[in-house]
Amino acid sequence: MKNKVHELRKSKGLTQEQLAELIGVSRQTINAIEKEKFDPSLVTAFKMAQLFELPIEQFFMFETQ
Amino acid sequence: MKEERKKRLTQLAIWTWTWVASLALATFGSQLIWSQTTWLVVTTILLNLGIGIGMLLANRKLFNHYDELERKIHLESLAFTLGAAVVVGLSYSLIDQTNLIQSDAEIGFLVGFIGLTYMVTLLVNRKRYL
Repeated sequence: MKNKVHELRKSKGLTQEQLAELIGVSRQTINAIEKEKFDPSLVTAFKMAQLFELPIEQFFMFETQ
Repeated sequence: MKEERKKRLTQLAIWTWTWVASLALATFGSQLIWSQTTWLVVTTILLNLGIGIGMLLANRKLFNHYDELERKIHLESLAFTLGAAVVVGLSYSLIDQTNLIQSDAEIGFLVGFIGLTYMVTLLVNRKRYL
């Protein structure tokens, strides 16, 4: 799934490590999400939405195959 | 988070090495030292079983501390390893039953195969996602 996590994280001035700590996952998970190798769980997506103060669909773009 | 992970990993390592030591004690003690003493043989086997259960619980405790991506990587690796163990284990048993190999099929080979498969699939899945 395409996403804008990298841009939003940078705009908040956070490192991958800091974002990971804030939402309770590992830095590697944040890296895999940013590289679009891994789609996060709903809980993680909602935590990101709270942190970025945006609705989920504004930074995770679902595309049908 | 890191401190907690380190603590759980250390606990698992202690349980694992204790289990290996108890397995060695039950195996070689029964063969070489107290082969005639049934209660000692039974005691060491029960001790090994008990420590093995402790090791499983420590592993579950570590697994519950993994985040979602780590769980996905481990679960995919475990699923492949389980399937491969069943398929290869039964084939191995068949070649023993049909006398295609001279020696008996040893459980140790299957355990080794499981360990190796799990390690390789973990490496492959880590490469895929990380």
